[in-house]
Amino acid sequence: MSGVHIAPPEQQPASFEFTPENLELAKKIIAKYPQGRQQSAVMPLLDLAQRQHDNWVPQAAIRYIAEMLGMPVIRVLEVASFYTMYNLAPVGKNFIQVCTTTPCWLRGSDKVVAACKKHLGIGPGETTPDGKFTVIEVECLGACVNAPMMQIGDDFYEDLDEESTGKILEALKRGETPKPGPQNGRLSSEPFGGPTTLTSFNPPASAGGSDD
Amino acid sequence: MLQDKDRIFTNLYGQQSWRLEAARKRGDWDNTKAILEKGQDWIIEEVKKSGLRGRGGAGFPTGLKWSFMPKQSDGRPSYLVVNADEGEPGTCKDRDMMRHDPHKLVEGCLIAGFAMRAVAAYIYIRGEFYREAQNLQAAIDEAYAAGLIGKNACGSGYDFDVYIHRGAGAYICGEETALIESLEGKKGQPRLKPPFPANVGVWGCPTTVNNVESIAVVPTILRRGGDWFASLGRPNNTGTKVFCISGHVNKPCNVEEEMGIPLKELIEKHAGGVRGGWDNLLAVIPGGSSVPLLPKEICDDVLMDFDSLRAQRSGLGTAAVIVMDKSTDIVRAIARLSKFYKHESCGQCTPCREGTGWMWRVMERLVEGRAEKREIDMLLEVTTQVEGHTICALGDAAAWPIQGLIRHFRGEIERRIDARHAGQPVLPVAAE
Amino acid sequence: MPTLTIDGIEVTVEPGSTVLQACEAAGKEIPRFCYHERLSIAGNCRMCLVEQEKAPKPIASCAMPAADGMVIKTDTPMVKKAREGVMEFLLINHPLDCPICDQGGECDLQDQAMGYGRGTSRYDENKRAVKDKYMGPLIETVMTRCIHCTRCIRFAQEIAGVPELGAIGRGEDMQITTYLEQALTSELSGNVIDLCPVGALTSKPYAFTARAWELRKTESVDVMDAVGANIRIDVRGREVMRVLPRLNEEVNEEWLSDKSRFAYDGLKHRRLDRPYVRKDDKLQEASWGEAFAAIANALQGLNGSQIAAIAGDLACAESVMALKDLMGKLGSPNLDCRQDGAKIDPATRAGYLFNSGIAGIEEADAILLVGTNPRREAALINARIRKRYLRGNVKIGLIGEQVPLTYRVDYLGAGPSTLKDIAEGKHAFADVLKSAQRPMLIIGQGALTRADGAAILALARQVAENCGLVKDGWNGFNMLHTAASRVGALDLGFVPGEGGRDVAAIQAGAISGAVKFVYLLGADELDTSAFGSAFVVYQGSHGDAGAKRADVILPGAAYPEKDATWVNTEGRVQLGRRAAVPPGEAREDWAIIRALSDVLGQTLPYDNLGQLRRRMLEAAPHFAAVDKLTPAAWGSFGTPGSITDAPFKSPIDDFYLTNPIARASAVMAECSAIARGETTPKTGTHD
Repeated sequence: MSGVHIAPPEQQPASFEFTPENLELAKKIIAKYPQGRQQSAVMPLLDLAQRQHDNWVPQAAIRYIAEMLGMPVIRVLEVASFYTMYNLAPVGKNFIQVCTTTPCWLRGSDKVVAACKKHLGIGPGETTPDGKFTVIEVECLGACVNAPMMQIGDDFYEDLDEESTGKILEALKRGETPKPGPQNGRLSSEPFGGPTTLTSFNPPASAGGSDD
Repeated sequence: MLQDKDRIFTNLYGQQSWRLEAARKRGDWDNTKAILEKGQDWIIEEVKKSGLRGRGGAGFPTGLKWSFMPKQSDGRPSYLVVNADEGEPGTCKDRDMMRHDPHKLVEGCLIAGFAMRAVAAYIYIRGEFYREAQNLQAAIDEAYAAGLIGKNACGSGYDFDVYIHRGAGAYICGEETALIESLEGKKGQPRLKPPFPANVGVWGCPTTVNNVESIAVVPTILRRGGDWFASLGRPNNTGTKVFCISGHVNKPCNVEEEMGIPLKELIEKHAGGVRGGWDNLLAVIPGGSSVPLLPKEICDDVLMDFDSLRAQRSGLGTAAVIVMDKSTDIVRAIARLSKFYKHESCGQCTPCREGTGWMWRVMERLVEGRAEKREIDMLLEVTTQVEGHTICALGDAAAWPIQGLIRHFRGEIERRIDARHAGQPVLPVAAE
Repeated sequence: MPTLTIDGIEVTVEPGSTVLQACEAAGKEIPRFCYHERLSIAGNCRMCLVEQEKAPKPIASCAMPAADGMVIKTDTPMVKKAREGVMEFLLINHPLDCPICDQGGECDLQDQAMGYGRGTSRYDENKRAVKDKYMGPLIETVMTRCIHCTRCIRFAQEIAGVPELGAIGRGEDMQITTYLEQALTSELSGNVIDLCPVGALTSKPYAFTARAWELRKTESVDVMDAVGANIRIDVRGREVMRVLPRLNEEVNEEWLSDKSRFAYDGLKHRRLDRPYVRKDDKLQEASWGEAFAAIANALQGLNGSQIAAIAGDLACAESVMALKDLMGKLGSPNLDCRQDGAKIDPATRAGYLFNSGIAGIEEADAILLVGTNPRREAALINARIRKRYLRGNVKIGLIGEQVPLTYRVDYLGAGPSTLKDIAEGKHAFADVLKSAQRPMLIIGQGALTRADGAAILALARQVAENCGLVKDGWNGFNMLHTAASRVGALDLGFVPGEGGRDVAAIQAGAISGAVKFVYLLGADELDTSAFGSAFVVYQGSHGDAGAKRADVILPGAAYPEKDATWVNTEGRVQLGRRAAVPPGEAREDWAIIRALSDVLGQTLPYDNLGQLRRRMLEAAPHFAAVDKLTPAAWGSFGTPGSITDAPFKSPIDDFYLTNPIARASAVMAECSAIARGETTPKTGTHD
């Protein structure tokens, strides 16, 4: 993939505005920054727009946010095209980002990509014809000791292999939400089988301490 | 080995609740007011005494950095910005601190912010850490509700706000001035220095940018004393450090250990050893993707701290240990990092914008032996044309892994070129 | 002031200088692409790296503040390596298409590659290809050539104040573009062509028409507005191939407005290239002799009061002088150069000049704009106001149309009553002006081309006098003209003589029959249908409104085709130089009038340009002070009287179509069409 992919005009909605709830949220976001520094809110507002609009930012939203923040529209587009998390064209309902950077690759991210191909029939950068799934390769997502991993929506799925990846994808196909986190039974980033440290603070059979 | 009583991140794995109540039981927010009452100078002195060096990669002394902030305002407010844009491949420590121990960070923000006379902290967290940001925000909300931050924080009379700003996918925003640009609502392109952030930072105001870990360890350091922290590790490389051990080990994990722990001990004690045994080790990238790799013979006895690794022409970086066993296609492993840097170059400076792409493309050919041997030296020269010639350190970070590869594995690169020329298979079995 | 050692040479530089400037002061040439002295520092090209003693890495000299005691080296192996490295990186993805590149021969990259390039490429990978971007009818893009210096982006943001250019994407995929490839809406957009160090942004109208080295270059002045921008006219054979700005810090710095730069194709169209005489109600080709005979015939038996002359906006001072003298010989007091009817008072020169000078704007700390839209009337003066604005500590008030300018203004009101309040000290802005060190008022023609114009002018004088605009060493009363000819013609007294008629009275007289002969010297910006049955002579270069009405057409030279003088809005006398020849039988304008005078038996007393110019010096001695400003003495002007409260209106609706040359330009027509169809009305920035 190279360059900026902006949806063609025929896919662009004519207008965009925040829902009343999101407009309230936007005001709160703007208020986090000092007076006159409302441009700082451009990233969270783009994120808000994307969340409101099927996980992609239409140009109407770019113009809307530019107007809202008093920014030249090209500056908003610069930001929206610089950061990889803004989708400027439609993506599948399940947006799957497979990390393939070295730490994940060392532990088999190729097999995660292969599992996506096998179960969804699409390779990186592709969307299923029904629009349900988009798979992309991404750079390091910062869960390297739980490699390989992928992000689906807002959630990390970690300690993957071909089989567990397949299970997750099949569950998504069925409309279920698979449990995020490590898929090999460990709690988080402790060594598999139990921590080598902190044993004096925690019961040895550590499980389920984490709430929420 | 570090004892549990000297560990700071006692809920690193999330075995207990991350909420305020549980955090208090772990000692967080314990009479923070008393710490603040000792005053700014005391705090900075104590942090200096602890020998704490920045945990984001560069290792700059934290107390010294704080002391650059103005003691008298010229009318502009000062800000603390926390760099939670964790993205250095191999690194995932800040994530655990934020999702499992967020109150350590929030309390650290108050104390550090107070010490540098800041009015607020902005925590810049990478956008992909959505759940982590949720926990952190909930912790912030709890702290506000309990009067720990906000107006008259902890009853100290000091007003201090803490905000989260989520990134949106750009490794370069881990560079402090790119992060500041991003926080201002711009592309994350590093700024020219001077001026430095302590003079002109976010919104033109004095600013200090610190890594999550650097801030989160501060409350414990101040409670137990700078001397305690300094007693751990080795001179100039003091304290504890959260290491991230990934790659070809039996049990990849994060673990808080003492600075200066031997690499071999770190891997064998906590990560279950190298897959297939220590002798199956090929190489280790000891400090995140930006630092040059070390071949096994150096790994055998190298210590994990700033100075020891520097002496081996590598670095501690973020203390992210990426282990590669003998099955590794070492050239591809580094080529993949070259692709990463090409992808993450902001595009501002000529050498990085053009050089990262060039280096990656040559690396891709070297993986398959599609090259001439003289191109190895050419590539090495290209890395030196990038290194040191850019506004920020991303150019250096893109150059070093390749330099490390050529330094230690030139033979393997040449072997592939020879094999290719001879019409023989080039690639070893794919790594896993 | 910091003292540095550059390659062993000690130099002392102004505080705030950069290392690069210090190196230049030491006579060391520092290569650069992104650095430009009029733009903010980007420091991104990395070409200007130098070695600083004790620094581990080379430093970007363009961005590094010069500090006392710095030891800088520009000729070490480290520097050489850094420069060669950067040059190689710039070239690896740059197409080697110099032979077909319009920038060839005047390309920074080409030039510096000669100095720092390797000669051969070590880059064996595929080169990057970048899709070209539409930026409007003026700027041709070949984006594969772009080296991402961001000069164009910074120009649009900072100088033009129209932040429409940006770099989207990142890394090697970063691309310079306007928002969704919309046309640039700046009146100054063409300057990015000059700023672009490579052939990424080039002139669209000039594309593939000439090579730089085959052009004959003539230094001249622009006439598209009253700024008098200094230009260079590049000609091949008989044809003007392009117009470029020439550096003049006091006038246009190094910028040029798009109209001045791109209207030159209008020189090729609708040209009057032979005389015409109206026969059987049709303009028919004629010889010079026939045309002159027809004029002589029409003048037969007329007395001076029945004769009139009007000078248009592009007329040079020489032709104005000659026509004035001819009218004098014919006994006519009916002459006027204010074809728009502006109630300018010719009696006091300070009353119709931009007295502070354009550069004086940079000193102003309070500016009152009255009845003007400087962005359209004088884009470069607008840029100068923005430049001042960006430095801060200036208050700008506006009375008139609420138009998008490129700086923040306090909107004070729409019409004369606000001005009156200020004049009488009843408005807060009066205090702003009074408390300023260098207060300024800029009054546009929109405040004067109305029935109460003379009273408004008097009010403006009152503001100047009551609010301290005129004091020792400072005259902040500034009239902004739109016509290149206007100040020169006023200086030479091309205004009604004793009992003479002004433009309105000439037209009224023509309709009533009192005026039977009207001589239009390039006058097209008035209602040419309102001359009744008078006999109309049109002398000019283009078949525009005046020519259509004419009974006789005398083909004159356009501005690049004559050695001639214009006086800009500041009162600066500047010489245009002949770069091309007039088409067909067209002739230099003063010579036409001189020849006609002969036929009429009223021979003017000059046989060559030198003699005519000596005559001009008699009429207005300051014509001797070419290129300089001659301060004008303050005096009384304007006529106090009643005012209406009709709002002021800028005299220019369409920036691109203000004169016959521009209206003949297909390029200007296209710009105009795009501007009129504009969907985003607000394009200015305040930041």
